[in-house]
Amino acid sequence: MDKNLQTVTDFIQQDPNMSAGQKESVLKALKAADKELQILSFKLDRTEKVKRTTAILLEETIEELEQKRSAVEEALTELKATQNQLIQQEKLASLGQLTAGIAHEIKNPLNFVNNFSDVSLEMIDEALEELTKTSQDDHTEETIAILADIKANLAKIHEHGSRADSIVKSMLMHSRGGDGKPEPTPLNPIIKEYVNLAFHGMRAGKEAINVDIDLQLDENVGEVPLIAEDFSRVILNLCNNAFDAMRAVETQCIASLQQPHSNESNYKPKLLIRTKSNADTITIEIEDNGPGIPNEIKDKILQPFFTTKKGTQGTGLGLSITNDIIKAHGGSLDVHSQPGQTVFIIKLHP
Amino acid sequence: MPENPKDQNKKPMKFLVVDDERDVEMLFRQKFRKEIRSGLIELQFAFSGQEALEHLQSTQPPDVLYIFSDINMPGMSGLELLEKVKTQFPQIQVSMISAYGDDDNYKKAIDSGAKEFFTKPIDFSTLKQEVQKMLDRKA
Repeated sequence: MDKNLQTVTDFIQQDPNMSAGQKESVLKALKAADKELQILSFKLDRTEKVKRTTAILLEETIEELEQKRSAVEEALTELKATQNQLIQQEKLASLGQLTAGIAHEIKNPLNFVNNFSDVSLEMIDEALEELTKTSQDDHTEETIAILADIKANLAKIHEHGSRADSIVKSMLMHSRGGDGKPEPTPLNPIIKEYVNLAFHGMRAGKEAINVDIDLQLDENVGEVPLIAEDFSRVILNLCNNAFDAMRAVETQCIASLQQPHSNESNYKPKLLIRTKSNADTITIEIEDNGPGIPNEIKDKILQPFFTTKKGTQGTGLGLSITNDIIKAHGGSLDVHSQPGQTVFIIKLHP
Repeated sequence: MPENPKDQNKKPMKFLVVDDERDVEMLFRQKFRKEIRSGLIELQFAFSGQEALEHLQSTQPPDVLYIFSDINMPGMSGLELLEKVKTQFPQIQVSMISAYGDDDNYKKAIDSGAKEFFTKPIDFSTLKQEVQKMLDRKA
């Protein structure tokens, strides 16, 4: 019984002025009050416990919500980035189609350039033959000299037309999705060609930089089964990435020099391409002296859509496609990087 | 080549070249000038698929034995022309000449009955070999 109620009970029981009947009814009321009190106290206790549990639950829920909110925010940012990249990709795809269309249309006039120059060469040969058949005089000599010059010019027209044709062909190869089959291909020449192409592409583009290119190609690397149009993209992509990385260092160097009248810096961009042939492995290394890849993103760079380039400069697909192509050739792509040096290592097992 | 190209008994074999670019006529006439001069072949030209069909229908049976046709032309495409020729005049051989030398075009052409598929810029030495094959077959 409650202490206070007990005091009242004791007091009533000892009261001489109260009749036994009165005492009994008051004590009965007190007992009932005590019981009520006990129930109330129990209920209160229980409510208290429930409240505490609820508070804990609420706190947990708030925490959980907070986590979810940041996850959602992250997902939204990612979604926006992906959307941007998809738009970018779409633009690139339509650019690719446009390029393919233009390349085809250029083939038609090139057909005339090459074939008219070719047939004119034949005709001049015939004309020369006719001329030498007739009697020689000063005039024929002069005419023959002129015809020889025209022949040389036509040969030049044909040569440059053929050059344009091969450019158009490689444009088409790149705009087309590869469904080719591996064919034995001499590796060193293809590397040489595409490193050169990447370099001249970069030089012709915006923010060209001077790059020292060092090709250390192992003579023992012979023919390797390759889907040439795909594998050439690997070389192009890796070279372009290297150029971008080195450009970043160069830009930084120039900015830190803060000498508006001179953009000379001590930084000398250098691209080193190495091929090696071991027992059953062919190794291709593409090394640049750019800033290096920070550790925290090293394992992300092969993911599709991952890019460190701002806005429209990168699709985040280059390295991912590169990796896919190498895998499709049964090879592997590794990256070794430290500040001031990055090496992409391709291993093929022909 | 036959020993005596000016053999009076042999009529020149007729080829029809279909291309919407008119300079094709000048180019083919120059490239095949020797064969034309010696009376081995005769070249005719049409500058659209429709014109080619009309030309074929103008003589019964058509005197053309072989058609070289471009694919990408305004109006009737070369592939449509190919199908029409193959149903109306199955005896005429048709080869395609196109700047679009992708697998898709190639398959479509060969499946529709094209004899050969040449890509632009035209390599006339292979084209001449093809013409020679036809001449040899006739002889």
